[in-house]
Amino acid sequence: MADEKIAVYFCHCGSNIGGKVDVEKVTAWAAEQPNVVVSREYKYMCSDPGQDLIKDDIQKLGVNRVVVAACSPTMHEPTFRKAAADAGLNPFLLQMANVREHCSWVTEDKDEATEKAKRILSAQIHRLPFNQPLDPIEVPVNPAVMVVGGGIAGIEAALKLSATGKKVFLVERNPSIGGHMAMFDKTFPTLDCAACILTPKMSAAGKDPNITMLAYSEVEEVDGYVGNFKVKVRKKARYVNTDTCTGCAACQDACVVRKVPSEFDQGLGKRTAIYIPFPQAVPLRATIDPTNCLTLKGKKCKQPCTTACGPQAIDFDQQDEVLDLEVGAIIMATGFELWDPTPETRYSYGKFDNVITSLEFERISNASGPTGGHITLKNGEAPKSVAILHCVGSRDENFQEHCSRVCCMYSLKFSHLIKEHLPETEVYECYIDMRTYGKGYEEFYKRLMDEGVHMVRGRAGEVSNVALSPEEEGHLIVKVEDTLLGIVRRIPVDMVILSSGLAPAHDAKEVSQIFGFGCSANGFYLERHPKLEPVSTVTDGIFIAGCCQYPKDIPDTVAQAGAAAACALALVDNPTVKVEPTISYIDPEKCAGCHICVSVCPHAAIQYNEEKGVAEVITAACKGCGVCVAACGSNVPQQAGYLDEQIFAEIEGAMAL
Amino acid sequence: MTELATTPQAKALHEQFCRDVMSMPGGEKIKICQQCGTCTGSCPTSYLMDFGPREIIAAFRAGMIDRVVKSNTIWLCTSCYYCTVRCPAGIKITDLMYELKRMAIKYDLVPKESKNPAMTKIFIDSVHKHGRNHEVELMARFMMTKDWGMPFRFVGTGLKLFTAGRLPMTPTNIRGRDELDKISAYLETLEEAKKQ
Amino acid sequence: MKRYLYYPGCSAEATGKAYDISTRALMEKLGTALIELDDWNCCGATSYFSVRELDSFAIAARNLSIAQQMGDDELCVICNACYTTLAKANRYMAESPEVFDAVQGALGAVGRTYDGNVKVRHIMDILVNDIGLEEFGSRVERRLTGLRVAPYYGCQFSRPMGEFDDVQMPTTMDRLFQATGADVITDFDAKTDCCGGMMMLTRSDAALRLCHELLTCARQGGADVIVAACPLCEMNLEGYQPLVNKTFGTDFDIPVMYFTQLAGLALGVDPKKLAIDKQVVSCDRVVAAIPA
Repeated sequence: MADEKIAVYFCHCGSNIGGKVDVEKVTAWAAEQPNVVVSREYKYMCSDPGQDLIKDDIQKLGVNRVVVAACSPTMHEPTFRKAAADAGLNPFLLQMANVREHCSWVTEDKDEATEKAKRILSAQIHRLPFNQPLDPIEVPVNPAVMVVGGGIAGIEAALKLSATGKKVFLVERNPSIGGHMAMFDKTFPTLDCAACILTPKMSAAGKDPNITMLAYSEVEEVDGYVGNFKVKVRKKARYVNTDTCTGCAACQDACVVRKVPSEFDQGLGKRTAIYIPFPQAVPLRATIDPTNCLTLKGKKCKQPCTTACGPQAIDFDQQDEVLDLEVGAIIMATGFELWDPTPETRYSYGKFDNVITSLEFERISNASGPTGGHITLKNGEAPKSVAILHCVGSRDENFQEHCSRVCCMYSLKFSHLIKEHLPETEVYECYIDMRTYGKGYEEFYKRLMDEGVHMVRGRAGEVSNVALSPEEEGHLIVKVEDTLLGIVRRIPVDMVILSSGLAPAHDAKEVSQIFGFGCSANGFYLERHPKLEPVSTVTDGIFIAGCCQYPKDIPDTVAQAGAAAACALALVDNPTVKVEPTISYIDPEKCAGCHICVSVCPHAAIQYNEEKGVAEVITAACKGCGVCVAACGSNVPQQAGYLDEQIFAEIEGAMAL
Repeated sequence: MTELATTPQAKALHEQFCRDVMSMPGGEKIKICQQCGTCTGSCPTSYLMDFGPREIIAAFRAGMIDRVVKSNTIWLCTSCYYCTVRCPAGIKITDLMYELKRMAIKYDLVPKESKNPAMTKIFIDSVHKHGRNHEVELMARFMMTKDWGMPFRFVGTGLKLFTAGRLPMTPTNIRGRDELDKISAYLETLEEAKKQ
Repeated sequence: MKRYLYYPGCSAEATGKAYDISTRALMEKLGTALIELDDWNCCGATSYFSVRELDSFAIAARNLSIAQQMGDDELCVICNACYTTLAKANRYMAESPEVFDAVQGALGAVGRTYDGNVKVRHIMDILVNDIGLEEFGSRVERRLTGLRVAPYYGCQFSRPMGEFDDVQMPTTMDRLFQATGADVITDFDAKTDCCGGMMMLTRSDAALRLCHELLTCARQGGADVIVAACPLCEMNLEGYQPLVNKTFGTDFDIPVMYFTQLAGLALGVDPKKLAIDKQVVSCDRVVAAIPA
């Protein structure tokens, strides 16, 4: 202990600390403390000159322990530790004393703050002599990447990774990739046909030699850690041999069960029990739906599908296949679900004919949809007037608080499509704000105003079917305050489109738990940092992209997918990855093999060695949370960097004043 | 319309209103009103109002409550609560309307043409007198003070109701009717004490 | 025998007499006793709240303190407005210590006390949730088959409390009448729209128009009868129906009953005991339509 030379640096952090704590006083006091050889104060320690102070003292004064009294370690511990390492000092011989978040920012009285700062600093000064040098642990990295979700985000990420030569597993729970984008008619603001711009990418992903396409599959279990994930994927049985099936759709034409509501068509169209979800599906293979197929339900069927199938690809005995895959990184691109507007009872969705959701309208407008691209009411006639209601299930404390970001633009797009198909039809947009923020979006809004769409600023109060005047007979009436005019209007229309918001997938929480990361309060996946790390999660090696992180349009989705691919690449392009060494170690001589630590470890990082009869820490899986240290009745596990003597010394230091 | 918002009286009135509204449970929520218009669009009587509930909140936030408090708006509120349950910001608009009614009566800012405040007073008098509101007395006093034409409009209905025994002439007096006066007196003292 | 403390409300002594009479008859038939709250006072309804907030809570709480004194922790209420006012007093007392203390003080000044623990129960809640639809359904003696019923809840039935039924789209009344075999208009769009309430006297133009809209919706649904759960609603739709016709040049002739009257008929209660003869718009058609 006698040869410890502690250097103390007290940061003003501008006025964040300096405005509350008497920095001079504390720095002078620190200089008197045991083992302290130099005590300095500086305005901004994290700056280059600030860091240079540390480096100089290490090199010139032979300082071998450092404490920086400044902000939270979450902010700058890596910064200062790197500075120490650059100067030749093991980074784990540097500690931070948080005198900002834990002191100056939360204390009113200056004297109290100064006193508290002293104690916080004292704790670290007492601790430092017990710090040991530690070396980071390197683990090998599996260069393969798994992308979960085959919408535009997943496809884009997979293609980008494949282009760098990496192997990708693309896992998609539906029979075909394509996601929601495959359902759209045109995309804003360019009005490109969605399928036209998407299918080339889908096709490329399907043919790419580096991408293993696992459609109609789901992830069941994820084990392991960064660079070394072990993933169990269940390939659901299609009851069709995908190697021999050519996707000719003869089986679909022959199937006798023809009235299953089509999921792809939002229930507006029908499909068969053996089906290809849409003509451009990738992989282009048939799938049998076991809840509707007569044979699979144990009923009698002549099986015309088998008769019609040239390659004889149908196999009613096919079983699910479970694959055990190993990858180095995972990208989550599981997308969104459209918010179901049934609970918004004042719009009578599900009760009135011709009150439809946005996705239903996409399918109606789409030439490959259930109406052949003709915009019609339920009775087949063309609507003469349409109202599009914004903010359904968004920006609403009663349902979802967030703004779904894309609805204003897709609503305007719908106006355009209606005007294009039916130039004489009147269209009303009932909105609160027109959120047209992206590139070309404001211009799109102006274009729609130019096309004669009626913009009514007001959130619709209700949709009624009670006519109070002859003009209202036979119509749906939208009751809305035109707030710019200050008049309550009753607008009779034939069709009401609800611009329903984007919701997280119904099982987002469960899925995030399988993978080991969390969700935000609004239910979408939680990013590591909302501004600076939007595609990473708190779990190293797992990244997120697209609407599963938060609603966004296609350009932003594609950008995020590329970002996530880059992050994954940065990880898997190296043969090894460094893992923090502040992990637990169990001395086999002392361990009694009672299993308590094994059962309390939240990261499943401790395993029981049957042969030796002791618990062992899986080094790279251990996150250094300390639960095992606390749980063991015999005080056997010790966490590097947080040894008992270090912690007790801190406590003593804090109480020493 | 006179720009009263700049006068000291108007400012004082606004400050008083602010204090009262903000001290209502949930009152501070009017700060997050999106001005979406759902309330006015849902209100069954908004088509008759000078200003809908949304505009009342907008005027409030602009410091111009005096422009709207004398309008017919608050007295047309039937307290049906459509606005309250549909408001995406969770504002208790109906309770806000009640607060404005109370303030309007307290500071004598009731619009002359409005009959609602008078009915309210008659109602309360009846309740304090008998312990229950005597509907016939209510209607009679109202007609005599505010609406002479009413008997003529409602004569058909009135007769039918009377013959059906739905318009009892004599009120029920509860035993504890003095208690209501005492309760009011206590609460008035409490309010005075708070002011000090 | 199950019993409930019962709060009739001021209308029950006057224009809403039929509601009181039919409720008592219905509950008697179901073997449930209703004990009238002793010396109850007016709940204050919307009027009190428009003038003095704390007074409103205090006089409402007086009733609840009497209930507690009578040894019960539940109070059965029939009128929507009474229900909302009394339940609101409870809610505000629970959410605001200031309100609680003021009310306690005021009640103390008249020698009473209330701890906030009496639950206010709407008669519909008791019928559907306590007695239960199965039990109720099994007691139906005269099925209302083919009778098209428009269930009119009114505005303060489920709003703003939403305690025993969905706040936006209640269904208890629908389900009650479905259990009688009636053809309930389940998509009766105006079922929770406001009838205008007290405004029929102060701004009859507004209230008449609201009733006109309600009656139009009922007619559109092909209603044979409208059932209501509040004396003001029933009065406005039925008592003033002739005036609606006069004002708007319409010819509505839709019987309006308290739901307890129709429910009573379904359970085989003698029509004379359900005060059906007190209606302004005759209900003879409805009674005749129900098979014996």
